[in-house]
Amino acid sequence: MTCEETRELVHALIDGELDAGHAREVEAHVANCPRCAAQLRDYRVMRQALAAPALRHQAPAALRARIEGALPSRQAVVVPSRRSLIKGFAMGSVLSGALAASLVAFVMRQEEDQRVLGDLVSAHLRSLQGDHLIDVQSTDQHTVKPWFNGRLDVAPPVVDLTAQGFTLIGGRLDYLDGRPVAAIVYKRRAHVINLFIAQVAAQVSGPERRATIERLQGFSIWRWSRADLGFWAVSDINADELQEFGEKLETGVRGS
Amino acid sequence: MAAGVESTDADKARRFRDAALPHLDDVYTLARYLLRSAADADDAVQECYLRAFRHFDGFRGQATKPWLMAILRNVCRAEFARRSGAPADIADVAEDALPLWQEPESSPETAILRQRDSQTVHALVAALPAPFREAIVLRDINDLSYREIAEVVGAPIGTVMSRLGRARSMLREAWLKSENEPEIKERSL
Repeated sequence: MTCEETRELVHALIDGELDAGHAREVEAHVANCPRCAAQLRDYRVMRQALAAPALRHQAPAALRARIEGALPSRQAVVVPSRRSLIKGFAMGSVLSGALAASLVAFVMRQEEDQRVLGDLVSAHLRSLQGDHLIDVQSTDQHTVKPWFNGRLDVAPPVVDLTAQGFTLIGGRLDYLDGRPVAAIVYKRRAHVINLFIAQVAAQVSGPERRATIERLQGFSIWRWSRADLGFWAVSDINADELQEFGEKLETGVRGS
Repeated sequence: MAAGVESTDADKARRFRDAALPHLDDVYTLARYLLRSAADADDAVQECYLRAFRHFDGFRGQATKPWLMAILRNVCRAEFARRSGAPADIADVAEDALPLWQEPESSPETAILRQRDSQTVHALVAALPAPFREAIVLRDINDLSYREIAEVVGAPIGTVMSRLGRARSMLREAWLKSENEPEIKERSL
């Protein structure tokens, strides 16, 4: 590969948009060409500097309010607020009875699939608005996991995938289909991955149900179940990357 | 009947909020870099979201972020055209007027670009000519893929790649040059 060709392809390389064959050729050339190597180093420094949060702007609250105000008015919110939920926890045993009753279900019936996918995307989008992303902020799985104690009837496995390129940033309690579920939050570069975990009816899922991946409204949704736990990951990263996340997670859950 | 219409509108608004509002900061960031003015960016983003809501019925299954950014870009172009009565600042003609980019012969073989503070990097990006500034912001700051950028700017991926390559080359040149000059913020004092 010539310097000229390398100069064209080096950007696709650092952007992760180059196929493996060309990537190897560029890397081979760079290894023997100090000039191209210096360029590659510089572009990486630039790329990293440009990823700094300080280079982004935050929309002013007044602008957000103006846009919201221009839309047809909001209907009564169906999802219970977090505040009322936390009040609920304070009620202790009264609530756990109600929770136990509501957790019998979560059966993934075929005809409900599309609606469930829509709910997953809506829950993901809701989490990105305002300050609803995280209730417990920690990169430590041993802090996130116990936080769910007493909040859910299940103990969701929390797997640290930081070494695999998916940074654990925390967890929160969310609602799907009117039922409380655990949401574990990961980050891949600037992208958020919401991993929802809830109890599913064991007879439907069997010991383990093969993972599937789907796309909806530009989001990737990965689904898997094992024993009586269902896992749903939602993110705007591409399907391949979410698939990779899913595989790492499966390995982690089986080993836990 | 009226109640039915209202609930459909409210439902559309709810779906639009869920889909479009999470991208507000990204869209606003792009507007700030394209227009280089906070007040203009405010107006452009508001207009962008109103237009997007009007066309939301026809919007199916694409990724929301590039769709919003394409609308924003059209709003910005129209605004420039209205203001100057001249070709838009973000027009592709600006690109053709520039000489084909040459890697500067003087650039040292092994020197490494120095880290700069975010304010300086911001100023260096803001100083790039429009089509190149746009390419850098969409890729490196808004984190769009090449395919998504092609969708936003309405150009083939090959064009996106060469524009981005030239943009980075220009930014690197400006960056290296700025290392020998006083900080940009001091110079303006």
